[in-house]
Amino acid sequence: MSFVEMFNRLPAEKSPLLGRFERMLESDVPLEILAADSQRLTRQHFGKTMRLFAPLYVSNECVNVCKYCGFSRNNPIFRVTLSLNEVEREARHLVTEGFRNILIVAGEHPKFVSNHYLRDCTARLRDLVPSISLEVGPMETEEYLPIVEAGAEGLVVYQETYHRATYAEMHASGPKRNFDWRLECPERAYTAGFRRIGIGALFGLWDWKSEALALAAHTEYLLKHCWKASLTLSFPRLKPAAGDFDPKYPISDPDFVRMLCAFRICFPQVGLVLSTREPQHLRDGLFPLGVTLISAGAHTEPGGYTGAGSERVQQSKGRKAGSHANGTGGSEAATEQFTISDHRSAQEIAAHLKSVGLDPVWKDWDAELCRHE
Amino acid sequence: MTDIVQPQPWHVGNKEFQSRLFLGTGKFPSLASMKSTLESCGTELVTVALRRADLSGGEDSDPSADIMDFIDSSQFQLVPNTSGAMNAEEAVRIARLAAQVGMPKWVKLEIHPDPRYLLPDPIETLKATEILVKEDFTVLPYINADPVLAKRLEEAGAATVMPLGAPIGSNRGIETRAQIEIIIEQATVPVVVDAGIGAPSHAAEAMEMGADAVLVNTAIAIARNPVAMARAFAQAVEAGRIAYEAGLPAQSVTAEPTSPLTTFLDS
Repeated sequence: MSFVEMFNRLPAEKSPLLGRFERMLESDVPLEILAADSQRLTRQHFGKTMRLFAPLYVSNECVNVCKYCGFSRNNPIFRVTLSLNEVEREARHLVTEGFRNILIVAGEHPKFVSNHYLRDCTARLRDLVPSISLEVGPMETEEYLPIVEAGAEGLVVYQETYHRATYAEMHASGPKRNFDWRLECPERAYTAGFRRIGIGALFGLWDWKSEALALAAHTEYLLKHCWKASLTLSFPRLKPAAGDFDPKYPISDPDFVRMLCAFRICFPQVGLVLSTREPQHLRDGLFPLGVTLISAGAHTEPGGYTGAGSERVQQSKGRKAGSHANGTGGSEAATEQFTISDHRSAQEIAAHLKSVGLDPVWKDWDAELCRHE
Repeated sequence: MTDIVQPQPWHVGNKEFQSRLFLGTGKFPSLASMKSTLESCGTELVTVALRRADLSGGEDSDPSADIMDFIDSSQFQLVPNTSGAMNAEEAVRIARLAAQVGMPKWVKLEIHPDPRYLLPDPIETLKATEILVKEDFTVLPYINADPVLAKRLEEAGAATVMPLGAPIGSNRGIETRAQIEIIIEQATVPVVVDAGIGAPSHAAEAMEMGADAVLVNTAIAIARNPVAMARAFAQAVEAGRIAYEAGLPAQSVTAEPTSPLTTFLDS
């Protein structure tokens, strides 16, 4: 059975594991007990360590119209696609900061962000950065092949919302409108040879318990069908961005922690990601509880680390007034995808991790190890 | 009578060891904690994942410290492991790369296509062993507790076999006991029980069974006090070995009856 078929039978038909997961989301299950279990399982399976990564935004060009996203085509924001030299400049900065695990991020744009461009970005960074993943628009398996061949290790694709009607409402136009094609993207990535697969939902678009259950079902499915891939889960919560979208279904901090603990308990070996979207106090509280992969010192705009590409930034035309765009281009910074909340530098985060007995792991993979001879 | 209380030296490949406790180097709360643990428990062999080592020759000022800076290769037999390899080809490449960057030509083969339970692929492990033995590597393969595979690896020239007690990091103890007993009975190379050993009593159990050594990582690395836990393991390993050499009494499923059932034979 494909995941789409299985997904369509939710929530009426679900495995015993998903039943347990769903139960843990209910507020009468004591959160303290979940947190203790989550912490214990995390330390058992991941040790006293925390992997670090940094996003490297290479383009904020996008053909999709998504109501919640700063890069949405209709937003008149400052846009740029970095040249390979500029991508390398940004990566060199991140390597100097200590990062050895970089996530290349881009909007979805067949002209500016083609698979050949992403292949070239990967190839350019390969000798500099041991572990490269991508978070870009979904592609066909064949389109991923040259990127994998160039040395990319992981692919991240969030379904955003698992609720079909909300998905259709949020994604007004562009290739992203195809819900099922996106839902099957992780399997295409696996077939193409990515070793790490990241999935997630964007919390705030729909009822959080329903999103969590669907994400858990997706996780359970991928663990069986893409059994050689290391799986990571992300739970980004909607943040202010250009376009002034107001999330209708916010998830509270206690529910967010509950959900994260439930994922850890039901999927003890799966990586859980926490980005700088979340504020410092919440991140610090969650580091010991179940999170295993974090970003630090992040910028969510192309050229954000070094100013690379700023001289070529152009403001795009759009129907909506962009609250974050206030000029016409030329030597402006590109516009960020969303505002981060934890502003500490990578070294400040590393020092904090050490102070709570966690070893910051900058490097735990090397594409060199599996380069074909 | 031989003084069996003194630990006797033993060999892996052409190297002599006193300690029968091997240590892994992952999951520690800091590299400094790992270093002090290695140095305080008498271990003589440590494994390190090449995936975590800096292969680029990074500068000393680099904020991402290199694990290799914290392991004194003159003090320990350093054994790079192939963690992360999904098949023989990748494992062979990792072993060769380790040798190229100056590490010993020893390799702990870990080939686990499944990143969830990290269970070893027997077919790929045998293939990689055959290749690396021909290239003069001392090969220590991590395997499921499969006696036939253990013999095949031995025939292929493996220096040890390293059957798992339970999945890596599970701390569940020697769940594969019956199979490990057969491996030990049949082996002509040292048997090192690896993975699943979550408490000193598990280590002692493996040693009492006649294992030549155990490899421990998670239980020590995530202990509140890794140095103390490593010492506890060292003592348990030694106690188990001495007990094995001293000759444990056979176990019986029934008690000896206080009113014997066969006294009629005496009349």
